[in-house]
Amino acid sequence: MTRTPITHHLNDALLMSYSAGTLPEAFNLTVATHISMCDDCRARLGAFDSVGGALIEGCESVAMGTDSLAATLNRIRAAPVSAPLTQNANTVPTSRVPAPLRDYIGDDLNAVRWRSVGMGVKQAILTTSRDATARLLYIPAGAAVPDHGHRGTELTLVLQGAFCDEVDRFGPGDIEVADEDLTHTPVADIGLDCICLAATDAPLRFRGLMPRIAQPFLRI
Amino acid sequence: MLDNAAIQHDTALSPVIVTRAKTTMRTAELTGKRAGSIEVRTTRDQENTDWVACIIAIRDTQDEAAFARLFGHFAPRVKAFLMRSGTDATMAEECTQEVMATLWQKAHLFDPTRASAATWIFTIARNRKIDALRKQKRPEPEDLPWGQDPEPDQADTLVLQQETAQLGAAIAALPDKQRDLIEKAYFGDLTHSEIADETGLPLGTIKSRIRLALDRLRHAMK
Repeated sequence: MTRTPITHHLNDALLMSYSAGTLPEAFNLTVATHISMCDDCRARLGAFDSVGGALIEGCESVAMGTDSLAATLNRIRAAPVSAPLTQNANTVPTSRVPAPLRDYIGDDLNAVRWRSVGMGVKQAILTTSRDATARLLYIPAGAAVPDHGHRGTELTLVLQGAFCDEVDRFGPGDIEVADEDLTHTPVADIGLDCICLAATDAPLRFRGLMPRIAQPFLRI
Repeated sequence: MLDNAAIQHDTALSPVIVTRAKTTMRTAELTGKRAGSIEVRTTRDQENTDWVACIIAIRDTQDEAAFARLFGHFAPRVKAFLMRSGTDATMAEECTQEVMATLWQKAHLFDPTRASAATWIFTIARNRKIDALRKQKRPEPEDLPWGQDPEPDQADTLVLQQETAQLGAAIAALPDKQRDLIEKAYFGDLTHSEIADETGLPLGTIKSRIRLALDRLRHAMK
């Protein structure tokens, strides 16, 4: 399978926050899924992790308790000895669903339980911590997601198909980082239904009247 | 369109740190940079390489003396990191012991061509912190399909440890105001907006200081 190059990446702020561990779970999931598809961002994450390593190396220290080394060795001895896991033990190479997302939806995009949000668009909300929301969006080929703005940040990662909005075209693996300044109308490419993973830290803000009324009920 | 996106990516993001991290990845068997960059080894390189040897000794021979050395150096730092993130001393002590035990248990997963000992320990401590403070799971990227080599390449390992030392020096050389914010971003368990609340600085100032700091680090890693 040939992969089209990914042209839309994570920004520094998101990578740094992911490395520091300060993002809500829904954002961590979306970032980790993009990195699973994007070697470029994986390398950049490595650099941010090494900043964390350098800070640990350079920081002041707090003395450990007197018996803590012995206590730690006891912990190690008490732990059940398991056969070392190989790194890829639990990955299914044939799956189209990247590993971080597989933990939430299984390995089949066709088995997702979609709920209609109108105009052919469907969504499935994933179970994450409540400080942000992760959802899968299903946009039929050629269809549009209603015009909307955001109060906070919205990440949209394309898993299948492609969409265009006022900013650009986004294909498989591409991630769009939208902040409150962006009001956009994503339209799926003709030819293939588009499936995205989206994370939001505040409800979307639709411009038309109807969606705004529907919003609290649909958790859009 | 493609060009446009590529340019946007390069300027907004991190050409140099990217290059740096890529030397640690086997996909990017990059350029002649590697051969040229094996130079005089500094004390810090030597130290980094020693920590790597300790982890390998734990992996291969369950070497408790090697573990004791790592513990003496890193456990007090991990504890300080956890306490700065908001855990009390008792919990930080407990979590640090768990972090160090995880190091032992996962020693076979450590890849010194991709991370220094300090970086690897940082990622274990960070994940423990998220688990302890927020009771959240932490989705991690899928492992690279080619996995890891049983025996990491010596030259790759050496380059990575040197670059780590270089990065440490560059961070130490940052202006105080910038280093302070980078530390808060990593150690405080604070989002950039929470840092704004805590410091009283406008969010824009925080973002631009962090950006300046990253620019300096990239410059230093050239």
